[in-house]
Amino acid sequence: MAKTATPLRVMLAKVGLDGHDRGVKIVARWLRDAGMDVIYTGLHRTPEQVVEAAVQEDVDVLGVSLLSGAHMSIFPRLVDLLAAYEDLDVVLLAGGVIPDEDVDALKGMGVDGVLGQDSTPEEIVGTVRQLAGERHARAYG
Amino acid sequence: MTIAGTTTGDRLVDRVLRGDHAAVARMLSRVESGTDGVHLQLARLYDSGRRAHVVGVTGASGSGKSSLVAALAQTYRRRDRTVGVLAVDPSSPFSGGSVLGDRIRMGDLAGDGGVFIRSMATRGALGGLARTTVDAVTVLEAAGKDVVIVETVGVGQDEVDIAGASHTTVLVSVPGLGDAVQAIKAGIMEIADIHVVNKADREGADAVVAELREMLRHARYRRPADWRIPIQTTVAITGDGVDEFADAIEAHREWLSESDALARRERDMAASRLRNIVTGLVLEKLDDPATGDPFEKLVDRVARRQIDPFTAANQLLERTLS
Repeated sequence: MAKTATPLRVMLAKVGLDGHDRGVKIVARWLRDAGMDVIYTGLHRTPEQVVEAAVQEDVDVLGVSLLSGAHMSIFPRLVDLLAAYEDLDVVLLAGGVIPDEDVDALKGMGVDGVLGQDSTPEEIVGTVRQLAGERHARAYG
Repeated sequence: MTIAGTTTGDRLVDRVLRGDHAAVARMLSRVESGTDGVHLQLARLYDSGRRAHVVGVTGASGSGKSSLVAALAQTYRRRDRTVGVLAVDPSSPFSGGSVLGDRIRMGDLAGDGGVFIRSMATRGALGGLARTTVDAVTVLEAAGKDVVIVETVGVGQDEVDIAGASHTTVLVSVPGLGDAVQAIKAGIMEIADIHVVNKADREGADAVVAELREMLRHARYRRPADWRIPIQTTVAITGDGVDEFADAIEAHREWLSESDALARRERDMAASRLRNIVTGLVLEKLDDPATGDPFEKLVDRVARRQIDPFTAANQLLERTLS
C-alpha cells in the first residue's frame, strides 16, 4: 500500500473548571492552517478523559491549556497517567497562563514544552513541529 | 517491507485481537498512513472472522450527528454492547490540516473501556468518508466491538459512500433546513434505512416528519416486501427518543439477517470495497517509479496530442496489470 505523508496529529484539551477556550480554539486554527490534524476535546475534561482520548487518537502531541492556575497539580497527574502506557511517547505541552517561575518545575516533572499566552503562531507551530516530527515518524511508520 | 516492520506489525495485530485500545489506536494510524505491510496486517484482522454491525450516520452539518452518535453509543453500552466510533471531519483543501471536533460531543463516553472513538480527516476524499474508513472498521471489529458507528462529514446531497460501507444507514434531518423540494431530490435522501429527525423539540419538526413520510409513501424503487423505513424523532442532547432509535436499528439488523437482504447488503459492501482497493492499487502503481516514468512520458505525449488519452490509458492499464 502506498505510504502517504500524514499530517502531524495534535490534541488540544481543556482540563478542570477553567471555562475559557477562545485561546485554544485560535491555536487549533493556527495548527490547522499549518497543515496539522487537530482534535479538540472541548471544555471541562478530567486528566483521565484527556489521556484516554489521546491514546485512542494516537496523537503526536497533547497540548493542555490552563488559565486557572491549577497547572502544578494537573500536569503531574497527566504525566503519571501517560506513563502508564508503554510505547505511547506523546509529546506533552503546557499552554495558557503559566508563570515563568513554574516553567522549570513543569519541565522537570516531564512536560516537554511550555507555550505561554504570549507565544506567537510561529513559535507554537515551530515548537510542535520540532518536538513531534520524530514521534510521528515512529508511530505512523 | 522490512523484517523488523513485519514483526512489529504482527505483534500489533495480536494486541488488536486481544482488544488492547492502545494497539487499536496505533493500528488505525498505520491504516491511515499506509505503512509498509499494513495490507497483510489488515488481511489477518479481516480473517479473525469477527463481525460488527456497522451503522452509518449521515446528515447535514449542524444536524446533531455527533451528539446523536454519543447518545446512541451510551444506549448500546446500557444494553451491554461494545461500541467503536469513527467520526469523520473534513480536511482543509488549502493546508491539508483539519480541526476534528466530533469528540467534543462525546465526552460522556470517556472512562468506559467498552467504547473506542477515533476521529478521521477526509484528506480530500469527496464521498463523505476518508479513504481508509472502511479499513478502520475492520480494525475495530477485529478488536471485538459489537457495533461500529461511522459518522460522516456534514453532507450536502450527494455524499453517499456511507451506504456502501454500512449495514444500516441513518440519515439525520433537522427542522429549518429546507422545504419539500429537498425531499424529492435524488441522492442522499434515497440511501436511508432509517430516518431520524433530530432536534425534534424545535418548531417545524412535525413538518419535516410529514415531508419525509410523504416522500417515502411515493417511493417506487422499493418492493412491498422490503424494509419499511421508519422515521424516528430524537432530541440527542436530552436523550429523548434515542432508545426507540436504537430499537429501530436493532429491528433493521434483525430484518437483514432474517431475509436474504444481509447477504445482498454484504455483497454490495464487498463490491465497493474491492473496487476501491483495486483503484487504489492501480493509482499506486502509477506513482511507482517503475510505471510512473511511462505515466509521465504518456502525459507529455497526450499534452502534445501525439496520442489520445484513451489509448494512453489503456496502455498504462495493460502495463500495470502485467
